[in-house]
Amino acid sequence: MLEDNLEDLYENAPCGNLSTLLDGTIAKINGTLLAWLGYSREELVGRRRFSDLLTGGGRIYHETHFAPMLAMRGKIGGVSLELRAKDGTRIPVLVTSIVKAGSEGQPQLIRTAIFDAKMRRAYERELLNARRAAEREDERLRQLVSKLQRSLLPAVLQTPPGLESAAYYRMASTDDVGGDFYDLFPLDDGRWGFFLGDVSGKGIEAAAVTALARYTLRAATVYDPDPAAALHNLNTVLWQEYREDARYCTVVFGILTPTPAVGGFTAVIASGGHPEPLLLRADGSVHHHPTKGRIVGAFPTSRYTNTTAVANPGDTLLLYSDGLTEARPVSSETTDGRYGTAALARFATHLAPTNAADAVAAVTDLLGTFGTGLTDDAAVLAISAPPSRR
Amino acid sequence: MEDWRMRVRNRNNVVLAGREDGPTVVLAHGFGCDQNMWRYVAAKIGQWAQLVLFDHVGSGKADPMAWDADRYASLDGYADDVLSICQDLDLQQPIFVGHSVSSSIGVLAANREPERFSALVLVTPSPCYIDDGNYRGGFTRDDIDELLESLDSNYLGWSSTMAPLIMGNPERPELGEELTASFCRTDPAMAQVFARATFLSDNRADLAAVSIPTLILQCAQDAIAPPEVGAFVHAQIAGSRLVTLDATGHCPQLSAPEATAAAITSFVRTAYR
Repeated sequence: MLEDNLEDLYENAPCGNLSTLLDGTIAKINGTLLAWLGYSREELVGRRRFSDLLTGGGRIYHETHFAPMLAMRGKIGGVSLELRAKDGTRIPVLVTSIVKAGSEGQPQLIRTAIFDAKMRRAYERELLNARRAAEREDERLRQLVSKLQRSLLPAVLQTPPGLESAAYYRMASTDDVGGDFYDLFPLDDGRWGFFLGDVSGKGIEAAAVTALARYTLRAATVYDPDPAAALHNLNTVLWQEYREDARYCTVVFGILTPTPAVGGFTAVIASGGHPEPLLLRADGSVHHHPTKGRIVGAFPTSRYTNTTAVANPGDTLLLYSDGLTEARPVSSETTDGRYGTAALARFATHLAPTNAADAVAAVTDLLGTFGTGLTDDAAVLAISAPPSRR
Repeated sequence: MEDWRMRVRNRNNVVLAGREDGPTVVLAHGFGCDQNMWRYVAAKIGQWAQLVLFDHVGSGKADPMAWDADRYASLDGYADDVLSICQDLDLQQPIFVGHSVSSSIGVLAANREPERFSALVLVTPSPCYIDDGNYRGGFTRDDIDELLESLDSNYLGWSSTMAPLIMGNPERPELGEELTASFCRTDPAMAQVFARATFLSDNRADLAAVSIPTLILQCAQDAIAPPEVGAFVHAQIAGSRLVTLDATGHCPQLSAPEATAAAITSFVRTAYR
């Protein structure tokens, strides 16, 4: 038997061996640990405590975690600490301690085995660096997404003179671009264009479709401010561009003419498969404005028709995307768990009469109550005519 | 109202123990642990006192949903919680016993609502851990930065320490598996915020404002709050009493539970006479 010298086995073990009294005073230490630390036996035994060998941070950890857990459990293992050698160098170690009890079960001393952990610490540092790099990258992506998202919406919502407008956009996720879009913009003859739409899918491909839809609608309006014609135009563009990818959108598009003599506006509206806008009247009633038309970009040819909505003083036109009605609130009344158009109409009835800012604020609050039930992006745009002064 | 009360209780995992007809003692744990730290002392003083035990948010079995990195970035957030626990349970003039950083939390709470508490017991307190001019807190800023860094960078070590293997503990059956597994368990990310609030705060100026009877318990040997610090706290709080326990380490409630409980008992007897 080669391994018969127990003294040598203790002294020159491949790990540090340490025995301390219950107050931490070093009672016995092996040659391996002394060699790591650079101290002589006389400098440590009976003179120093285990925590004296630790770095400042390690000492706090030892006193607040290690020692209490050891006292409570009688053993603790695999704890990462750093020793400070006599010359000041730091030695990363893994420490395991057990309390040795006497025959009556009373604790007598603490035995500690100390393992070199330089390689493990280097590995942990690599992992940490990788984690931090991933977090930085994640943050960069978030920034990019939110900037891209903002670029697809008007920086400032313009308002037709004499009217009021408000809009809100809520992203379902901060790490993916959504597919909802809206705009409200002046034409050079005093009329205004407005639209709110929703592109199929999410992410960068949806963002590209959103950008194309948005600029196509605005450009089409310059040549022919006719909603049905603009949607027809958009349908052709999307079909040509994305027929292979099956990218399409739903959208409500309108041309608004203020009626200063009355104090309201009329809006010629066409819709491509989008939820019908709501008209919240000054008398407190709420109506779905009827629109028809196939989703845009899904078929080679589609027909769109214009309808006219008249808004008088105190009336509010509310456009929204299906992220609102298809959210799954915690307490849903519908069988499929969605919020639903009926609930939205009832919600609007409680709001009417209202104005653009209040209506959008109320819907914003409503979206806030959906919590994790809000799985898709949601956009809302409202245009209102101020109530008459009479 | 009931909802709110339940929320506060769940938030801090409030546990009531001891004698219902005794004076009320609130036991607040320090950085890195939870209410189980009081286990041995509670068994003693629970014989004459009604005990209110709780876990600070971010520690032990406090509600993780209640965690708020901003709120708990300063000791004021923890002091707010202490006050709301007292209010919620309608505690009548409790004695607040705070260990380590909870001493400072107790001082902040008592200074805000002095009429709420009858006395303070500060166990191994330190109003400022970092050396500053003539003041010796025991640590350099680098030491503390290193601790914070270790909480972050050394996360594997912390995580494995915080959730150790459940080992049977046949020698100490009174602890039970559950406690063995959960004792001092902390989420490293929350521990880092608590550590920052604890070790970077400077509450020296708050000591002079303490206006209720105060007992300071320090250990003869303490690597975190050395005797100079206890003496400093004693000098700053007018009329305070200082007792040095013949104990080693920062947690006399574990290393010397009998002496700790005896010191608290005798202080309360005097205070209530």
